[in-house]
Amino acid sequence: MRPALAVLAGAVLALAACGTGGGSQDDGVTLTITSNAISGGKNAETADWTAKWVIPKFEAAQKAKGRTVHVRFQPSGVDDEQYKTKIALDLKSRAGADVIDLDGIWVGEFAQAGYIKPLTDVAGASVDSWEGWNQIPQAVQGLGTFDGKRYGLPQGTDGRVLFYNKDLFRKAGLPDPWQPKSWQEIVDAGTALKKAGVQIPIQLDAGTAMGEATTMQGVLPLLAGAGAEIYAGGKWTGASQPLKDVLNLYRQIYTTGLGDPRLQQEAQGRDKSFAEFAQGKIGILAESDYFWRSVVEPKAGVAPMQNRDAVVGYALIPAERPGAGIRGQDFVSMSGGAVRVLNPNSKNPGLAWELLSFMHSAEATTSQLAGAARITSRKDVNDTVLGVDPMLKFVSDKVLPITAYRPPLAVYPQVSVALQEATAAIVSGRSVEEAAAGYQSKVESLVGGAAHVAG
Amino acid sequence: MSRADPAVSPAGLGRRRAVGFMLPALVLIGVFLVFPALWTIYLGLTDYRLTGLAAADPHVVGAANFTEALGDDRFRSSLWLTVQYVLGSAVVGQAVLGFALAWTLRNRPGPVKRITEGLVLLAWILPSSVVAFLWIALLDRDEGTLNAILHTPGTAWLLDHPMSSIIVFNVWRGTAFSMMLYGAALENVPPSHLETARLAGASTVQQLRDVVLPRIRGHVLTNLLLISLWTFNDFTAFQITAGGPEGRSEILPMYIYNVALSGGRLGFGAAISFLVLLINLVFAFAYLRILRGRREVVVP
Repeated sequence: MRPALAVLAGAVLALAACGTGGGSQDDGVTLTITSNAISGGKNAETADWTAKWVIPKFEAAQKAKGRTVHVRFQPSGVDDEQYKTKIALDLKSRAGADVIDLDGIWVGEFAQAGYIKPLTDVAGASVDSWEGWNQIPQAVQGLGTFDGKRYGLPQGTDGRVLFYNKDLFRKAGLPDPWQPKSWQEIVDAGTALKKAGVQIPIQLDAGTAMGEATTMQGVLPLLAGAGAEIYAGGKWTGASQPLKDVLNLYRQIYTTGLGDPRLQQEAQGRDKSFAEFAQGKIGILAESDYFWRSVVEPKAGVAPMQNRDAVVGYALIPAERPGAGIRGQDFVSMSGGAVRVLNPNSKNPGLAWELLSFMHSAEATTSQLAGAARITSRKDVNDTVLGVDPMLKFVSDKVLPITAYRPPLAVYPQVSVALQEATAAIVSGRSVEEAAAGYQSKVESLVGGAAHVAG
Repeated sequence: MSRADPAVSPAGLGRRRAVGFMLPALVLIGVFLVFPALWTIYLGLTDYRLTGLAAADPHVVGAANFTEALGDDRFRSSLWLTVQYVLGSAVVGQAVLGFALAWTLRNRPGPVKRITEGLVLLAWILPSSVVAFLWIALLDRDEGTLNAILHTPGTAWLLDHPMSSIIVFNVWRGTAFSMMLYGAALENVPPSHLETARLAGASTVQQLRDVVLPRIRGHVLTNLLLISLWTFNDFTAFQITAGGPEGRSEILPMYIYNVALSGGRLGFGAAISFLVLLINLVFAFAYLRILRGRREVVVP
């Protein structure tokens, strides 16, 4: 009996040792960065930049200060929802990387759960004296702010537009450059494309399989175009006329063969839609500038198009009718952006902040672009790089002034799912009334009763 | 020592020693089985969430999660899909196909038997992520192998027939276990009995019913219990359909994952997990009853 117990105790100890394994091999300190990026796959440019630029440069800079620091990168290449679940579980069990990449819209719910803490609470007063704050516009800082406190450093922002395939447009006798002025003009273009034999005239993300993409590329820009915001004046938008108009457009597209309902239901539908656009099977696709710089990008994109600059056009998303958008606008968009936060359970919070602020220095931001352009969070960098890429200059000059942001509230992701379910109902053939009623009752139960919902 | 001594058990160990032997196992069961089960019950009574305020400060909401689940269409349709999945892929598919394979292969010469068994086993031992990828490639709408073979381009098997797809998948995946178990069981049937039956003019069906089945009934029960429990709790098919489209292949384990982890409702997910645990217990008790009844028949 004694030996048996001893063996058991030994096994338990060994298990416990496994749980706390890792740590520093030699005298140095190890920091970990994680992000939903993986070399050769999703967001490859971020993964490569982290591995080839951030890590060696930061380690060398620390060595110059006489410190041995090892930085590891923990890659990931999955759907955003799955990545979010993984990070939430990491932080919940007080584990995870020191520097973590998050979508700005998750900051509220993570902060409320106590998974992340304001940067000054984690790393001390040196955070407030960082030179970069002066370079980041307030609206962009808002991506990493919750309840007036800074939780993360924003990486940049984006804007939604309509991308279109110029070759297919020519085939259908449509103009180039194309700029629709109402939803009807989008439908008309789709009808012309269909007549010209284009397989999928319009790809407007729908359904629950597409996740937040449905809300962000589809429902919310359209809702803004119908004159409503999802959250305004302390109330959530219910089954109001603007929402019904949005669902009606979905119904028009997905019941008349202008879109492919199947693609919205497939588990990997969004990735597939990217591939099909790159293969010239899709006429019009609503996406953020992410599509331009990371999807159809000729070299590093996940669905590269060698002739991107010649074939891919872009247009502003029109309001339902001219002047019908939010703030009386003719054109609308939505913006979001990723942030990087510190893990409050980091063993070396001071050093982790040094790494985080290093990753957001002007030098690092410029190197991340690697000659390509994107709208970064820093004004000093944007001023020098945006001239290179006409599409991103277009987003910066034309889209960002008319854009809107999602409400930074913890319940938003659940409302977003309710919106996705409403579009899923439309795609599978349900009527607008039915889908809108389902959404109304769902959103009422989510936000605490009809008093918080605007009809 | 006399048998009358109350401190001595029939096994000849003192009571204290018997407790000593049992204790490690009981501690392990307590830590890894009983405590998590109780914890699941507790979580099921709260509004605990993965993120947001309810993650930091969950409140007890009583039986609200359970009543919500039982009244939820999605839960009930998920339960019904699970029943289809277990009956279709485990009871009918794996058990029948596994027995058919074992029966056909029992007297085959070496290479035929070894190759067939090897192929069936391969489906069982390959890592599930690899297998899921192969099946997605097989059933894909645009460039799937199946559509190429059948000349049915554009047929979306995973969207039009999601349940049938994962049932066929699970039959393919899990038949090896039943085949091996029945293969071993059939060796318990004395060849002389079969030979006698054959000489007496019994048909194959009669041989199976009157000679083979009475000998392997215990194995059949064990096999059915194991594979139905495994299938009831199987998550592999998630990698193929993720419960889609629109929940039409969302069996209970996927439902729990989608609600608890993707949707963040850990409390509600725990409540459903507890209901699933109850269903599993019912399965197990029914099996134990049948097995005990069978023993009582055999012993005299």
